[in-house]
Amino acid sequence: MTLLSVQDLTVEAGAAQVQVVRRLSFDLEPGKILALVGESGSGKTMAARSILGLMPPQLKLAAGRLEFDGIDLAALPAKELSRIRGARIGMIFQEPMTSLNPALPIGRQMEEALRLHLGLSRAECRRKIVTMLERIKMPDPQACLRAYPHEFSGGMRQRIMIASVMLTKPALLIADEPTTALDTLIQHDVLNLMTELAAENGTAVLLISHDLGMVARYAEDVVVMKNGEAVERGKTRTVLATPSHPYTQKLVDALPRRSEGGDRDETPRKPLVQLDAVRVAYPGPTRLIGKSEPKEVVHGVDLTIAEGETLGLVGASGSGKTTIGRAIVGLETVSGGGIRFRGQPIDLTDPATRSDVQIIFQDPFSSLDPRQRIAEIIGEPLKLDRQLTVRARRDRVRDVCDEVGLPQEFLSRLPHQLSGGQRQRVAIARAIVRCPAFVVADEPVSALDMTVQKQILALIRELQDRHGFGCLFISHDLGAVEQVADRVAVIEAGNIVEVGRRDDIFDRPQADYTKRLLDAAMLLSRSFAGAAPAPASA
Amino acid sequence: MNILSRMGIGGWIGGAVALALVVLAVAGSWIAPHDPVALDLRARFAAPGTAGHLLGADEFGRDILSRLIYGARVSILIAIFTVMQAMLVGLTLGILAGYFRGWTDRVISVLNDSALAFPGLLLALGIMAVVGASATAMVIALGFAFAPAVVRVTRATVMSIREKEFVEASRVIGNAEGITMWRHVMPNCIAPLTVLATGMFGWVILAESALSFLGLGVPPPAPSWGNMLAAARPFIQDAPFLIVLPGICISVTLLGVNLLGDALRDIMDPRMQK
Repeated sequence: MTLLSVQDLTVEAGAAQVQVVRRLSFDLEPGKILALVGESGSGKTMAARSILGLMPPQLKLAAGRLEFDGIDLAALPAKELSRIRGARIGMIFQEPMTSLNPALPIGRQMEEALRLHLGLSRAECRRKIVTMLERIKMPDPQACLRAYPHEFSGGMRQRIMIASVMLTKPALLIADEPTTALDTLIQHDVLNLMTELAAENGTAVLLISHDLGMVARYAEDVVVMKNGEAVERGKTRTVLATPSHPYTQKLVDALPRRSEGGDRDETPRKPLVQLDAVRVAYPGPTRLIGKSEPKEVVHGVDLTIAEGETLGLVGASGSGKTTIGRAIVGLETVSGGGIRFRGQPIDLTDPATRSDVQIIFQDPFSSLDPRQRIAEIIGEPLKLDRQLTVRARRDRVRDVCDEVGLPQEFLSRLPHQLSGGQRQRVAIARAIVRCPAFVVADEPVSALDMTVQKQILALIRELQDRHGFGCLFISHDLGAVEQVADRVAVIEAGNIVEVGRRDDIFDRPQADYTKRLLDAAMLLSRSFAGAAPAPASA
Repeated sequence: MNILSRMGIGGWIGGAVALALVVLAVAGSWIAPHDPVALDLRARFAAPGTAGHLLGADEFGRDILSRLIYGARVSILIAIFTVMQAMLVGLTLGILAGYFRGWTDRVISVLNDSALAFPGLLLALGIMAVVGASATAMVIALGFAFAPAVVRVTRATVMSIREKEFVEASRVIGNAEGITMWRHVMPNCIAPLTVLATGMFGWVILAESALSFLGLGVPPPAPSWGNMLAAARPFIQDAPFLIVLPGICISVTLLGVNLLGDALRDIMDPRMQK
């Protein structure tokens, strides 16, 4: 018996009738977990939303059957559909920061579905909610009822979200990238909680994700989507171990794995950037008179990055890893200790040093001025070099553009006309255009799709081999770090807990925190790639 | 070419109204059929459609059409100069406050908030009362009265833009603060300010009318839409067209300018470019 049967689902956008989802079919049995996998724009989210009738207004269901427990959802009037929504089909959204109403206490939000669908009294609701909050191990459930969403971290909010959806014991749970916005360790917790609750209540889960590692760990069946179409389907194990469609092969291949050839040459190199007991504190909230206590986020960090090497800096969000990177390039003020560049205390007011120390930001959507054309963006640093003629500047921009793999015709475009990966190439080009000695890469791939991540990481490594700049590679993603770093430093709550050669950290971690981090990451992104026969490396 | 195609129907209407106003303001003296202050006592309260007085005449027999055309020049010039002054003052203070934060911000913000707390029209009234009623005084008074709103919007916009990574990127490249501000922060503030400026244009015309209505605006007999309204008040029962006609002018102008502002905002958004 199938719980949800989707046949030939087609979703069209706008008057042009662009097919966002094309003839998608799949079946989901009660209590099973099925994953829809694909990169951004593959139509996986729209396919899932069409089940609940939650599509944006410009999209419409053009064809296909959506049968849920014998009911044709597509033909159902809106009123009937809303009776199923929340009661029998629950949904968890990607962004825990915005999916809870900030103006309502948690208790009120959680009881909404219960009162609406089960018609329980307030007291009964409260009792059920408290039991559920205890089940998800919230400290002090009673206080939690009265607390507001902003009092919880992203991971906690996502747990609350899951709990409130599961209160009505739905037969189907749709989870749209439920952990994409969370750290590795927390991802692991949240997904475990979700699958446990689903198993306890016999709920089937439709998991939407771009993360093959996660899918491998949690879903029994998988449908791989590309441009709105299902290109491959089957048991997760079989599909990922022996992908038959070229696109699936590409996805599996993009799973991070250690770069081959091991370390680069081992000859000791001169230290390029040295951090000596660096402390960074953010000023507390400003008061009318006097100053409030500053909040220290980096507590005396020692690090050395040698010429031409990549040091991976790994930690959870809020661990201070980004702050360290920003302090080196002068975007944060160091409140204690010192930073040396080539042995001398770093002086970023010196133009030569300034152009030698560059940064690539995380979000290529906000790191480029929306009003500048690509050629202007890449060429802007060159304007500071007074000796360059306009022609020399233009030639240099063209060269760099080639180096980062951007077609020349992009130079006259605006940032919003480029994809995320292309924008990140522009940001990289801007950082290296004056041949810096040191580059901070602050989560440069975490906003990108898996296959694009792989290309960008390869590009960074290739550029580094060619130009020999030192690199501080900041990431929460162990997979990415494993791919590019020579050495790795692990940071927890503003303190470095472990530094070592990459293989030592990944194969023989010493610190507890590193072990936990590796454990969680292992499950998510490497569980499967490790077990599967290695696909022919491209 | 592609700008024109992206304007939309609202933009076209707004643009047409704005163009018409400019033509009236520039070429008013050639278009107007009569001298706006010439008395024609035989035509007192002539209804619209009377031969020689297309839109009628007022209590002194002055031609309404001519007065409206000349009044357009006065009202629009006052609005343009007031908005320019408010923008100049507001933009400067707002960027300084938003970009440098700290004490600069605190001083500017406190002063600005006090100014905002004071009703703008009352502030203008006060200034006019001291300086005396004239078009120049009105521009200065209204300019200061409207500047705090600009300061506030600019400051908020700048503060959100300066946190963007492209601004930080500019600093990391090695650009001086001034260049970063000029090249990256300012251009990205323009869109919200354009909308504010066009909205303000309308408010200024209303404020000018209100001040003139109170007798502190453009001194008679020179016509402005505001003082035409004021002068027509006693005759609202007998000659309602005296109030309705300048009222229509003000409404159409406001609508047109606002439509134009929305269209400009869309045009200036780089994301709207294909």
